[in-house]
Amino acid sequence: MKLFRQLLTTSLVAATLVTSGGVAIAAGGGAELEHFTPVRTDKALQRGAKVFVNYCMGCHTADYHRYSHFARDAGLSEQAVVDNLIFTTDADGEPSKVGSLMESNMTKEYGKEAFGAVPPNLALTARSRGVDWLYTYMKSFYLDESRPLGANNVVYPAVGMPHVLADLQGWQQLVHETDDEGHEKNVLKPLTAGTLSPDEYDQTITDLVSFLDYLGDPNREARHSLGIKVMLFLLVFLVLAVLLKKEYWKDIPHNT
Amino acid sequence: MSKASDLLSWIDERIPLTNTWDKHVGKYYAPKNFNFWYYFGSLALLVLVLQIVTGIFLTMNYKADGDLAFKSVEYIMRDVNWGWLIRYMHSTGASMFFVVVYLHMMRGIMYGSYKKPRELLWIFGMLIYLVLMAEAFMGYLLPWGQMSFWGAQVIISLFGAIPFVGDAITLWLRGDFVVADSTLNRFFALHVIAMPLVLIGLVFVHIVALHEVGSNNPDGIDIKKNKGADGIPVDGIPFHPYYTVKDLVGVVVFFIVFFAIVFFAPEMGGYFLEHANYIPADPLKTPEHIAPVWYFTPFYAILRAMPDKLMGVIAMFSAIAVLFFLPWIDRSPVRSIRYRSMAYKIILMAFVVAFIVLGYYGMQPVTTAGTWISRLCSLIYFGFFVALWFISKDENTKPVPERVTY
Repeated sequence: MKLFRQLLTTSLVAATLVTSGGVAIAAGGGAELEHFTPVRTDKALQRGAKVFVNYCMGCHTADYHRYSHFARDAGLSEQAVVDNLIFTTDADGEPSKVGSLMESNMTKEYGKEAFGAVPPNLALTARSRGVDWLYTYMKSFYLDESRPLGANNVVYPAVGMPHVLADLQGWQQLVHETDDEGHEKNVLKPLTAGTLSPDEYDQTITDLVSFLDYLGDPNREARHSLGIKVMLFLLVFLVLAVLLKKEYWKDIPHNT
Repeated sequence: MSKASDLLSWIDERIPLTNTWDKHVGKYYAPKNFNFWYYFGSLALLVLVLQIVTGIFLTMNYKADGDLAFKSVEYIMRDVNWGWLIRYMHSTGASMFFVVVYLHMMRGIMYGSYKKPRELLWIFGMLIYLVLMAEAFMGYLLPWGQMSFWGAQVIISLFGAIPFVGDAITLWLRGDFVVADSTLNRFFALHVIAMPLVLIGLVFVHIVALHEVGSNNPDGIDIKKNKGADGIPVDGIPFHPYYTVKDLVGVVVFFIVFFAIVFFAPEMGGYFLEHANYIPADPLKTPEHIAPVWYFTPFYAILRAMPDKLMGVIAMFSAIAVLFFLPWIDRSPVRSIRYRSMAYKIILMAFVVAFIVLGYYGMQPVTTAGTWISRLCSLIYFGFFVALWFISKDENTKPVPERVTY
């Protein structure tokens, strides 16, 4: 029996080791992704939201989430959101209400005609693609005259999306290089300067992707803080349950 | 007499309340030597209740409509008070149901709980497992994400491998030429009404069968053979309060694991909620890699290991069907693994490892190596039953003690 137990333990451990290899999320495009840790502060979310409504929402919708929900989560008054972040309009042409969903004004038909595919809803992209992918993607546009809109992307080759932030970042070009050890690789090199320095651009993308991370999982912080309380409660409960069990089981005689 | 006992006897004259309580709880004598493996029966019942309760609340806001389903799930996650908690409990509950049920089945196999006189108990359990798989499969379509859609598409198309009538059957199952709104609607109906009704019925007869023959135990001894002067098995203890308080400990430990997942890792790294399911279903865009949820992957790996689709489908269903016959394949009179031969322990070990490895390869994209490993493991999986038939005939077992080990 002991031997069997040892065998069972070893094989289960071995099987777990074998299976734990496959956790990585499929990246697509084959490019190496930069690791990104989202920032969940009010300020970062507010800056990220500003980039999002100004540069992304013209084409991309996020109509699972409400402006008012964001206001609450990012420490903004509803009036501040109305004044600074709502550029969309409702069916009557009036500015969207603060309680409405963050819906882009571009129609699907127009999007398909303009870009070849409807620009995807971005509310859940951080969960489907992952934040590493988003962060790297936003930094991997380069000038490619062969594309209809003049831009291509290392992470998502032949992407239909133009380089919307080209004014901020400036243009990059893809350079084919051979390094000292003879490995051939494609490297992105700056071609023109943008209005932001490389550090400022990275900061902008950090804010934007942090905001997208928030859009994908807005309740994460509430979940974690409630989770800790639930765990503490259960641990106390566990102690009581074990004591109760021991008290009752004192009556049961052993067969020896 | 007090008012309370007056009321009780008033009820007992009309329905057998006290009798039922005594038969199934208060004077149901369970062996006193239950170990770790014996928590999972009551935990499975707990998860069933959790799934039904959270499911009812999800149904209040979910829209079973191809155009609205995905968005209604996000509405639950963002706009419904505590919607995210209810939904994560339901999605985590689905996976944890299978964790618990697999461990429960492992217990049954290890301690020979399927053997005479518990054959029907085992068969009802297997039927529960089968219905549970159907329930989980249909539930997974409802969020209407890419993996919901394409997973259902792949699994339903398997029936197309049946000669002559295959295509007609897939069409009949889907109600359309591809998985579509009609499929979503019928899966919703089956998931929230038909399957739960069948499940509850089966769980009921599973428990009736258990309480008729009595619980097995880690020693595989029939405790009813050794009764005291009062007619009560000497190694038996009343289920209540002894096992209710013991199972309570199990429930709390289970909740710690369960809620740790719900609150801190509801996606479980893509195993419980697949990343691609955060993209709405798109019939025109096939995902690069379609994998079923982890609890189906051992059988999916067996399916893919076969060189031919029809053979694969047959192998996959046989892998489940063969378990129904376990009470008759295993011919050894000794129930518990504690008193069985080394040969038995080795083949059971190989079976468990093969099942886990199959589960792993069922999640991975097809590779040549993966296919060959899956083939080897499929062989071990089915080989277990063949070997068991021969080994158990005149097995070199150890003497089984008179009394349970406690």
